[in-house]
Amino acid sequence: MTGGHPQRSWTGAAVKPLTHLQRLEAESIHIMREAVAESERPVMLYSVGKDSAVMLRLAMKAFYPSKPPFPLLHVDTTWKFREMYAFRDRTARELGLDLIVHRNPECVRLGINPFEHGSATHTDMWKTEGLKQALDQHGFDLAFGGARRDEEKSRAKERVFSIRSPQHRWDPKRQRPELWRAYNARTNPGETVRVFPLSNWTELDVWQYINIERIPIVPLYFAAPRPVVRRDGMLIMVDDDRMPLEPGETPTKQSVRFRTLGCYPLTGAIESTADTLLDIIREMLLTTTSERQGRAIDHDSSASMEKKKQEGYF
Amino acid sequence: MAHADSRIASDIEAYLAGQQEKSLLRFITCGSVDDGKSTLIGRFLYESKLVFEDQLAALETDSKKDGTQGDDLDLALLVDGLAAEREQGITIDVAYRYFSTERRKFVVADAPGHEQYTRNMVTGASTADLAVILVDARKGLLTQTRRHSYLVALLGIRHIVLAVNKLDIVGYSREVFEQIDAEYRAFAAELGLPDVVSIPLSALRGDNITQSSPNTPWYSGPTLVEHLETVDVDDDRAGEPFRLIVQWVNRPHLDFRGFSGLIPSGVIRPGDRVRILPSGAESTVARIGTYDGDLPEAVAGQSITLILTDEIDVSRGDIIAAADAPPAIADQFEAHIVWMSEDELLPGRRYLAKIGARTVGMAADHPKYRVNVNTLEHTAARTLSLNQIGVCTVHFDQMTPFDPYKDNRDLGGFVIIDRLTNATVGVGLLNFALRRADNVHWQALEVDKAARAALKRQRPTVVWFTGLSGAGKSTIANQVERRLHALGHHTYLLDGDNLRHGLNRDLGFTPADRVENVRRSAEVAALMTDSGLISLVCLISPYREDRRMARDLVEDGEFVEVFVDTPLAVAEARDPKGLYAKARRGELPNFTGIDSPYEPPEQPELHIRMSETTTEQAVERIVTYLLNRPAEPR
Repeated sequence: MTGGHPQRSWTGAAVKPLTHLQRLEAESIHIMREAVAESERPVMLYSVGKDSAVMLRLAMKAFYPSKPPFPLLHVDTTWKFREMYAFRDRTARELGLDLIVHRNPECVRLGINPFEHGSATHTDMWKTEGLKQALDQHGFDLAFGGARRDEEKSRAKERVFSIRSPQHRWDPKRQRPELWRAYNARTNPGETVRVFPLSNWTELDVWQYINIERIPIVPLYFAAPRPVVRRDGMLIMVDDDRMPLEPGETPTKQSVRFRTLGCYPLTGAIESTADTLLDIIREMLLTTTSERQGRAIDHDSSASMEKKKQEGYF
Repeated sequence: MAHADSRIASDIEAYLAGQQEKSLLRFITCGSVDDGKSTLIGRFLYESKLVFEDQLAALETDSKKDGTQGDDLDLALLVDGLAAEREQGITIDVAYRYFSTERRKFVVADAPGHEQYTRNMVTGASTADLAVILVDARKGLLTQTRRHSYLVALLGIRHIVLAVNKLDIVGYSREVFEQIDAEYRAFAAELGLPDVVSIPLSALRGDNITQSSPNTPWYSGPTLVEHLETVDVDDDRAGEPFRLIVQWVNRPHLDFRGFSGLIPSGVIRPGDRVRILPSGAESTVARIGTYDGDLPEAVAGQSITLILTDEIDVSRGDIIAAADAPPAIADQFEAHIVWMSEDELLPGRRYLAKIGARTVGMAADHPKYRVNVNTLEHTAARTLSLNQIGVCTVHFDQMTPFDPYKDNRDLGGFVIIDRLTNATVGVGLLNFALRRADNVHWQALEVDKAARAALKRQRPTVVWFTGLSGAGKSTIANQVERRLHALGHHTYLLDGDNLRHGLNRDLGFTPADRVENVRRSAEVAALMTDSGLISLVCLISPYREDRRMARDLVEDGEFVEVFVDTPLAVAEARDPKGLYAKARRGELPNFTGIDSPYEPPEQPELHIRMSETTTEQAVERIVTYLLNRPAEPR
């Protein structure tokens, strides 16, 4: 495994050792195949972001030359960036995959939005409740998610195969010990499994992989002049005319990009001129703030991610 | 990463090219909070510049509020995750952390060291190639040091770093360090740990973490990070014989049939001869298919799809192996078992074992011995409870290809799954086979069950009466037997109380003994079925799982479960043997219905509600059912 020291195979020939990205890729593929073999109705949660893009590429690899034997599910809030919707539909079409878009009908009826209802209610009703609805409605017993353990402290202990109760709750005490590559994906009636093939990837691994594999990503990750306003210390892009402007607030064009993607009113942009993949990676390596800082939902309370997880947020 | 900043800024492409050649090391840290383990991991993250400004600001706030280092940063606060543990001040589960240096990416399994958390240490060690064992320089080797070392050795880790921490508190004493080092080496040799490197450290002050410390001029070895970056842990897995664990049969259309899986060991190339286990069929590799094109060779650690030259039957769970060095096949083994559930191991009970991509039925005998993880002594044991380790004979219900755990973790390690809750209740490590496929030959018997049953002109059957004590099982069974006998059938009544005077004399009423009681009775009933008889078994048999085991011992249609359903209050009022009264006085512990549960059958063949029927009607219903079944199994 040490770089540069070729191993000998048992027949005597020299073998090139695997790099860390090759190992991560092989591990993720193993996880996906195991999950598909052990479930009745799997689905892949597709959030249109860079982690989803990597996860999708790994799925294409895992089952090649077959198509991934599951549909993609996008739990929509109607408040994503317009470029995300365009990218999502194009990706599903080009890869020839089934795409299910679920919008919580109650949210549609009530017109839930982050401005009038706040980011916590908005996220809880559209995403947490929406996800539960979609899984129940289609009877999915296993869902792939793109979460990484390095994203947040409470995720460091998440299993690769995470069991959820029939109410979709995550109970830290009921999680199963995970040894070797022997994943236990068995469930009782009503229980579901969330599977995280990217558990051991870091943000840098994801970017490196996108770079090596030439994986298409939403253009919002690249810097471009975009109309933004500054609110609560965050640069918010005015993506459409649904965004109410404060008195005296005028959007200005600035060169910005996004490190993570979500609902546009809740996602902070960073000032940047990085418009190529290499520039982005350079900025990322030299940056001094963590990835999740751009997400409004994590700031609510100290252990907020853990709470969300117990309630069923991915 | 600070020193790399200028290179990142000036030539990102060259920098990334270098990063892509990095290797990966997975290691585990063992020690308790007191040893400074969280501080050490916090230090790794801090030194590798993985702590961002916003996290650092939060850390400063937290350090003042919850920290133990006065006004200094408390790096331990960087790594504890869940709110519950933050309050308790201990780490309660395995956490995985990531950091990288110029040469390697690291995955750290952070496992707590308290005795009650053996489960977590074993979990963390299962995927690690190296262990960092922390010792507090003031305290030297402790019981827990021995425990940690035993566990990592058991799980197959060969490379140890003994991190002698808090050396600042003992004045960076060379004598202290050297004494601990010598003592530990002697101990590691006993365990057969081949590679030990001891490093004098202060995680708190940063001595010998990334840079050689001026405080230990007498130490000339590598710093901790230097060692982790360069240690060769591969143990030549590619040099072992080829194995592929088949996870999924890839069949997009009629012209393509590939076998997808991960290679735990060895190398494979097109043209190589392979054998499929357990079938024993042989073929040749035609292609190694991947999304990125066909490969000229694939090595241990890769996920691939193999296409063979012959159309042979291969299914999920099979092993494709080098034809001239295939794994053995067996169904009885000696294994180490680590128990991980609050409910103790019930010898004889049927569990599931997942080994590789294969899930099989499994049972364990009473442990041969238990290992005291603190003293390494072997002690006698009848069962294993949470966090206990023992050596047992295990039985799989299918011939299973395997390698001993010490040779191959993926083909020698298995998880044990409870059939009812589906929880992972333990893990096993196969030591060796007790009975191999090649020396088992079933004696082909010319006089078989069908022949015996034909002689009796009856269908062999187990009629299994279950229900509370005093429900009326024996009364009904006696009358059923009399009726069947009068009709010319050859029957035998196995009564739980009577069996306890003889065959099951050595058993009490603990959950483990109840399981064994049912198991033996079920085995006897199965033998009687094989000999062509109709046996009537009267046992409280309170656990659903054990009744299922009894059912599985005979063929479909040969097992008739009769639930004698008498309300507890009625059974207790009748109390023909005075047992309920005793149990209520506390003289009979583990009494079913009082302080031990009864799990009612979910789908019995016959459900006799005694509150709605007479004994005579019940007997009539059972006899009618038995006589009206088709003569032959469906």
